[in-house]
Amino acid sequence: MLDIRIDSKSYGDQKVLGPLHLQLKQGEVVSLLGASGSGKSTLLSIVAGLDRDWRGSLQLDGAPLQGVHPAISLVFQEPRLFPWLTVADNLRFGLPSADDCGCEVDLLLEETGLHGLGQRLPKQLSGGQAQRAAIARGLMRRPRVLLLDEPFSAVDAFTRMKLQDLLLRIAAHHQLTILQVTHDIDESLYLSDRILVLPAGGGPLSGEFSVPAARPRSRSEAGLLPLKHQILDLLHLAEQTA
Amino acid sequence: MSDQAAIYLGQGAAHAPPAAGAEPPALRTPIAVLPAPAHRRQLPRWLLGLLLPAALLAAAELAVRSGTLAPNLLPPPSAILETIAELAQRGLATHVAASTLRVAVGFTAGALAAILLGAATALHRPAHAIFDPTVQALRAIPSLAWVPLLLLWLGIDEAPKLVLIAIGAFFPVYMGVSAGIRGVDRKLVEVARLYRLTAAQQARQVLLPAALPSILTGLRNGLGLAWMFMVAAELIAASKGLGYLLSDGRETSRADIVLATILLLAVLGKASDSLMLRLEQRLLAWRDSFESPDHA
Repeated sequence: MLDIRIDSKSYGDQKVLGPLHLQLKQGEVVSLLGASGSGKSTLLSIVAGLDRDWRGSLQLDGAPLQGVHPAISLVFQEPRLFPWLTVADNLRFGLPSADDCGCEVDLLLEETGLHGLGQRLPKQLSGGQAQRAAIARGLMRRPRVLLLDEPFSAVDAFTRMKLQDLLLRIAAHHQLTILQVTHDIDESLYLSDRILVLPAGGGPLSGEFSVPAARPRSRSEAGLLPLKHQILDLLHLAEQTA
Repeated sequence: MSDQAAIYLGQGAAHAPPAAGAEPPALRTPIAVLPAPAHRRQLPRWLLGLLLPAALLAAAELAVRSGTLAPNLLPPPSAILETIAELAQRGLATHVAASTLRVAVGFTAGALAAILLGAATALHRPAHAIFDPTVQALRAIPSLAWVPLLLLWLGIDEAPKLVLIAIGAFFPVYMGVSAGIRGVDRKLVEVARLYRLTAAQQARQVLLPAALPSILTGLRNGLGLAWMFMVAAELIAASKGLGYLLSDGRETSRADIVLATILLLAVLGKASDSLMLRLEQRLLAWRDSFESPDHA
């Protein structure tokens, strides 16, 4: 469904990504792991169309993607809500004529657990609520692919768990394909169908793992422990060779 | 509850205060009794702000009446108030209106020009490269240096006064707009790019609102400078206005008129600044800042 082929991406003389070929299936949840500086966030920027300075190709259902595309949404590490707009107006941002009745906004606020908070300003939200609003905003364009750049790293552990479950519900409900960057191996094991490990300094994937557990998963799936160790070893190795 | 809190010496449960009506055992003899904090009545903020000027005026009044200060150099505040009342009979309102109108027109013109040029230089790199160095050089010129040139070019009518006030207002507003837009968080602009906004939409929906705090600070500073430049303009050539009154007071050795005018300038400047502050608080209610009253 989504085909990402990166021949090369560099910052000056420093090669960051490529050659690299990733394919995501419809409805798949994929986590990207890797040492700091392995280009995880850069990869998301490229797929989102924010970074145009790279060589390679992107295809969605066989059609080439160029630049920002409404079928692909990106949720950042910080909520990045516009502080002068209410939550509802943040959701409507950039979609002027859409949703005149506010129905879509109400539905998404309900779905993301923000019912009744549409008229609040971002400063009146907790960290978890703000990140929920950012996810709701990402869904307003009815994307097919949702990219998430460490979306839960800035919230407390309990909120993170609730947001992870919210993400799984949303992914199933909207049949979203999800590509998320995370540093949290447990999170990737809980959420993902597949886990990809990026090498530092470019090159093909260091590792690719299918997560052999049915949903709903337990947060302490004993069967996933060997996989966790395998990924940890790989990350340690990547850190040492970086 | 009593209006006192006691600190007890002891261990375990003894740390808790005794139940109501129960006699504290010997071990729980209070070692200190602290008065409960009384709910202090706070003075309104505007009244607090008046305390210092009132004290200074009272001190001046006392100093003159006791003979410590000569009344021809520092007339007592009561005499200054009488002078204001006397001036009010002799067309003070015309002077105040003339000055206020000059400030309003000059400030509006200067601020508008600054907003346009500041936005242009912030949004277009070539415009910044062309205009900004010149603007910064002009900003360094002292206000009075403009006066002879403006008199030469524009005569002694209204035009040089208005232009001088506009120059005064221009630079702080320009700096506020330019620095405000250039300092907008790149992360917010990235969100705007995700929504494929046109450059104009991006400027209107993201850059201007995000730069608004800095723009409003620039406008406030600009308005303050507009009042100062108005006085400079009127001191040199005017037949009415507060600057003219200052000049008149000096020429007739009437320190009371000079001080009355200074007092009026302070009141007018403070009043216009308060209006700007109200506007700022209204437009920036979304800000999650230290002073924000409704921080959740």
